[in-house]
Amino acid sequence: MADYQPNTVLSTKEFNVVGTRPERHDALEKVTGSAKYGADVHLPGMLYGRVVRSPHAHARIKSIDASKALALPGVKAVVTGADFPRLSTRLIDVGEGALSNRAFMSENCIARDKVLYKGHALAAVAATSQDIADQALELIEVDYEVLPPVLDGRDAMKSGAPILHERLTTKGGPGAAGTLSDDEVGEPTNVAAHYEYVMGDLDQGFKEADLIVEDETHTKAVHQGYIEPHSATAEWLPNGEITIWCSSQGQFQIREQSALVLDVPVSKIKVIQMEIGGGFGGKLGVYLEPLAALLSKKSGVPVKMTMTRAEVFEATGPTSGTHVKVKMGVTNDGLITAAEAILVYEAGAYPGSPLSAGCQCILAPYVIPNARIEGFDVVINAPKTQAYRAPGAPSAELAAEVVVDEICKKLDMDPIEFRRINGAKEGTRRVTGPLHPRIGFMEVLQAASDHDHYNTPLEGPNRGRGVAVGFWSNGTGPASAMASVNPDGTISLMEGSPDIGGTRTVAAMHVAEVLGIPSSDVKPQVGDTDSVGYTSSTGGSSVAFKTGWACYEAAQDVKRQLIRRAATLWDVDEEDIEYKDASLYHKSDTALSISLKEMASQLNSTGGPVVGSASLNPRGAGGAFAAHIVDVEVDPDTGKVTILRYTAVQDAGKAIHPTYVEGQIQGGVAQGVGWALNEAYHFTGDGHMMNPTYLDYRMPTSLDLPMIDTVIVEVPNDGHPYGARGVGEVPIVPPLAAMANAIYAATGHRVNELPMSPDKVLAAVKNGGNGH
Amino acid sequence: MLMRNLSGGLHRMEVEGATVRQVIENLDKQFPGMKERLMENESLMPGISVIVDGQQSQLGLLERLEEASEVHFLPAIGGGL
Repeated sequence: MADYQPNTVLSTKEFNVVGTRPERHDALEKVTGSAKYGADVHLPGMLYGRVVRSPHAHARIKSIDASKALALPGVKAVVTGADFPRLSTRLIDVGEGALSNRAFMSENCIARDKVLYKGHALAAVAATSQDIADQALELIEVDYEVLPPVLDGRDAMKSGAPILHERLTTKGGPGAAGTLSDDEVGEPTNVAAHYEYVMGDLDQGFKEADLIVEDETHTKAVHQGYIEPHSATAEWLPNGEITIWCSSQGQFQIREQSALVLDVPVSKIKVIQMEIGGGFGGKLGVYLEPLAALLSKKSGVPVKMTMTRAEVFEATGPTSGTHVKVKMGVTNDGLITAAEAILVYEAGAYPGSPLSAGCQCILAPYVIPNARIEGFDVVINAPKTQAYRAPGAPSAELAAEVVVDEICKKLDMDPIEFRRINGAKEGTRRVTGPLHPRIGFMEVLQAASDHDHYNTPLEGPNRGRGVAVGFWSNGTGPASAMASVNPDGTISLMEGSPDIGGTRTVAAMHVAEVLGIPSSDVKPQVGDTDSVGYTSSTGGSSVAFKTGWACYEAAQDVKRQLIRRAATLWDVDEEDIEYKDASLYHKSDTALSISLKEMASQLNSTGGPVVGSASLNPRGAGGAFAAHIVDVEVDPDTGKVTILRYTAVQDAGKAIHPTYVEGQIQGGVAQGVGWALNEAYHFTGDGHMMNPTYLDYRMPTSLDLPMIDTVIVEVPNDGHPYGARGVGEVPIVPPLAAMANAIYAATGHRVNELPMSPDKVLAAVKNGGNGH
Repeated sequence: MLMRNLSGGLHRMEVEGATVRQVIENLDKQFPGMKERLMENESLMPGISVIVDGQQSQLGLLERLEEASEVHFLPAIGGGL
């Protein structure tokens, strides 16, 4: 047993700045409340916009009459779907590989012919005050033909189910969902995509098994639960230039998507990134931005729109409800011989659930010689899903890890030992095809099995310990950075990634490490779309990797330029100069040296400013693994689950700022616990969400959670200058299964439908069976 | 599944090509329809992720390959943080 202190970093390589814990650059603004978020924008003459939303989950729009609203004093403009260009159904990449059909994206912003979920936008109003805008909403008359909704993916797949999109076609591969062209004929369907991956001989693999375990899990849609509601302010000038202020996970993606929906060139739009109060994947797409822009065009003045909390729940994208079956065969020695997984993911009203990631992650932790994974992306009458932290992976891993836990129980095997025997290593072929590059799964398992938590017996009645692991592949993408040397030797750093988890400090630390200066001497800021090079969204756990690397290269550029400048100053060859510890030295003439600060003060007299820049699109993000251990106690009378202890072990490659990594791990666990125990979209039979407030949508608070202990394992990612791997998403992958396994250990009964709320736990205990 | 219904059920095959584009062109010669499935307007079809030797390619069709490189075509993954 290792002597771990709380929040341990198992470091393999030390640097001067990377791996330390400097104060975050935005601490003062965030703590004092002076930071400016989306809704803090106020412009002269600004109007306030509000959205008319459908009261029905499925209906045809017969007519919209806005004449009474337009007659209300103070109302300056109304837009409906008819005011927006009708777009083709061509597929576009909207960032991070997430796909959207242009027409679907536009119609999710504002419906044209049909409304497909309760809360679907179908008109917007701009008025001189919020109150007048609210009054105007009541005056817009909409005539609907109400249609029957379908709210469950399994029902939507059945013959005779209500059809959401008459021209939808099932795609069998990466092209994802689309629609039939005018000359194509096809059966109406709600199945937007159907994937299948096979490896080896599945039947033979199950024949070789001594034990086969099969189980099925179900999850409901859950929301990312960010604190800051969506807000967008837009100004459309008479010359066609459009400026949008909003908080998002990607100012460039908001620009691209707004340009698509409005059918204007991207160069006409400038997006200014405000501070963001959480996103977790939910702020990758446009909702209000195109509406505010068109209202501004019609009214001739800026328009601000901010959602209520209920609108955030009902009209933005939660993650999918899922239905996942897993069957796994093993030998008596605990070696996996075969596995099969079938995933049904509900996409909401338009195609595009995180099915692909679910398929690619579900069996990724294991060496499995014979396997099959099949997945279905299904549309239902609910809000269009959006990415949510490791999208698709937590509910997939829930099913797989519950089956693995059951196998361990039946074989009487230590759960970490089982995973070590079957665990993926560098060179392991994943069922979806690719080989794992260098990964740290074995090191994570070792750290977990060494931990005091795992080696301390859990005693007492109604208590149980759960273990689960998870994988996330991590992302990358284009990124840009620009580092300007100030006359006092500090660096102004402009980078393109919206800062959600402290990434501007991580960016600054890359620069500081290269230049040998403290992180506080680098002043980072996030640029708008006209002031920094293109940068892909803050998502896929990619920012420390891609933007960190861009900042590293920008700092290298600064270093090269400073060496040239010193060569000019001393009239020597550049090759004879080295940069070390924030100073320039002649390699042989010890009389020639100058500090960065001194050099910085002489830039204008030696050739002008020094600005380093870099734009790149690196490969080699490197996947991440996590192993979680949780102890729970279940109240046999009420079904309430109390978490006694939680430990999360994760490979970070190299933790650039360990405090932020720990924060990401703890945040991921907290969200995973909420998903496991309490959170869910509850719908009435006609598709109305019954709990669209934080009073009824039950997220965990600090009172619901123990201190979440972390262990950061560092198996360097060969693809990054400092070895970093993405850390933000994989910590939400194991908690669902870890909690499910712990509740099973405590009660002897499986609860396979999330959330494992007290009523379901109690039903499982009292009925002696599955809580679903 | 994307490719197996065009390749007679094969899910692994050897193809020549110094770049991903050349691999697709040569695949299409052996299994007609592959190019249409994987490319659109001489670009990679949106939503396709090309994995070369275990790592997501950022150059797509332009990615250069080694003699024994492995290339996989998968649905792209979106992230969330």
